[in-house]
Amino acid sequence: MSQVNKSYLPEGLPIPAAEPLDEPFWSGLRKNKIRVQRCKACSNWQWGPEWVCHKCHSFDIGWEEIEGKGRIFSWTRMWHPVHPALNGHGAYITVLVEIPHAGNIRMIGNLLGDPMQKVEIGAMVEASFEHHEASDPPFSLLHWKCAA
Amino acid sequence: MGVRTLRGKVAVAGIGETTYYKHGKAPDAEFKLALQAILAAAQDAGIDPREIDGFASYSNDRNDPSRIAAALGTRELRFSNMQWGGGGGGGGAAVGNAAAAVATGLADCVVVFRALAQGQFARFGQGPQTKTISGNKAYEAPYGMMSPGQQYAMKVMRFMHEHGVKQEALRAIALASYHHAQANPRAVMHGRPLDEATYDASRWIVEPFHLFDCCMENDGAAALILVSAERAKDLKQKPTYVLASAGGSHHRCGAPSHNDPIYATSNFTTVAPHLYDMAGISARDVDVLQCYENFTGGVLMSLVEHGFFPAEAANDFLKPENLFAKGGKLPLNTSGGNLAECYMHGLELQIEAVRQLRGQSTSQVADVDVSMVVAGPMVTPVSSCIFGSEATL
Repeated sequence: MSQVNKSYLPEGLPIPAAEPLDEPFWSGLRKNKIRVQRCKACSNWQWGPEWVCHKCHSFDIGWEEIEGKGRIFSWTRMWHPVHPALNGHGAYITVLVEIPHAGNIRMIGNLLGDPMQKVEIGAMVEASFEHHEASDPPFSLLHWKCAA
Repeated sequence: MGVRTLRGKVAVAGIGETTYYKHGKAPDAEFKLALQAILAAAQDAGIDPREIDGFASYSNDRNDPSRIAAALGTRELRFSNMQWGGGGGGGGAAVGNAAAAVATGLADCVVVFRALAQGQFARFGQGPQTKTISGNKAYEAPYGMMSPGQQYAMKVMRFMHEHGVKQEALRAIALASYHHAQANPRAVMHGRPLDEATYDASRWIVEPFHLFDCCMENDGAAALILVSAERAKDLKQKPTYVLASAGGSHHRCGAPSHNDPIYATSNFTTVAPHLYDMAGISARDVDVLQCYENFTGGVLMSLVEHGFFPAEAANDFLKPENLFAKGGKLPLNTSGGNLAECYMHGLELQIEAVRQLRGQSTSQVADVDVSMVVAGPMVTPVSSCIFGSEATL
């Protein structure tokens, strides 16, 4: 896992605001940790967060830190600016990453590196944390980069 | 309880629409557009609009039935129905909800309607411009994923990867819509033909969607009036019978943050079998199909999931000539559809399906008895419906 200083996308996009349901995830990213839901009753992994376990209906759901590794399940290169902050920025890549060691849950992030790079479904990727310290409030995002 | 079905019990008696405009170009307020479409449908049916006693819509249409009923002076309001969620995926379900109300005696004359004026209200294809974002959108928007096209592109990318589908298959879907729009004077893209080279040279919006793989955004309104099959026989138009409607989505389709277990799907894997069961037909009986193009990739997966061809045959089947009204194996989007007629959130597709059964299309398919509509692929819930001629009853 690594940290990046310069942000992948320009500042000005909406800032993630934690809710009671997902506060452990967002506060975890601030500390370079990926925390996802895992049911305390039946050990089912669950992402994105929900109040109840979809397997056993227990409301006693915990948060477990996972290793920041996964494989690309799907991806896209985005070109058309859908927000004023993206005007003139050019293409960028979003990946959907499957986490085999956490019940194959999938997480979204940007794929760091050349936005024109060739992307392979199934390729292994590693997590990378992007901290926005100057933002009000400060927040962190979870990105991915191709494994060395 | 006997066999529970809508088959043949309800008919579309009238269809109506406003002029279709580019987004933000409608000269009228959205509510006025809705009234115009409903009045046009009543006139087409040959009924007094005061007879309408039910309203069905979808995608949180902003035009409240109580206000419409008051504005039109309808005698009484008996059915006021909104299909939850799903954006344009609610189009077929709204027809189903209206038909169910008529079939079960909740109401006698129900109008399905949708109105959009994106000049008056916000556009679909732009992200939220709030300072912060929370919930599911917080896992997407900070990564630059905000529009429907972006949210669905990864489903299509995965499907194309799994089944070896080529870009040319998506291109054929776009070319078919534009081809039919050239015969349709109502179409916003009438007089704006599209060829392969123009498609290939067009800019990417979000891979694998070029500009021409994405629906337009438009202003206007559309409406269909449904009455019992018995009543429809005495009205002005040749009745178009509802053979089936089905809506919904598979197990955990709506799992947050792209965790739908199937994922590379248009979400019709469970819906299509219910549809065909109720209609009592199979894909090979369908004479003409209107399939909602939010994005061409959604059409690709919908056609597979409705049984028109296996995914592995997509590259062979999806050639423009197979999709044309004249001589095509599966005439598709014969008014120009969401890509080239109008993005009236797919309700214009329901109207075109009715026209095909009446023999009134500008790209008429010969001898139509079964006319089908697929609404809003990739959203949840999705829906489809099948209309038939009297011969199918």
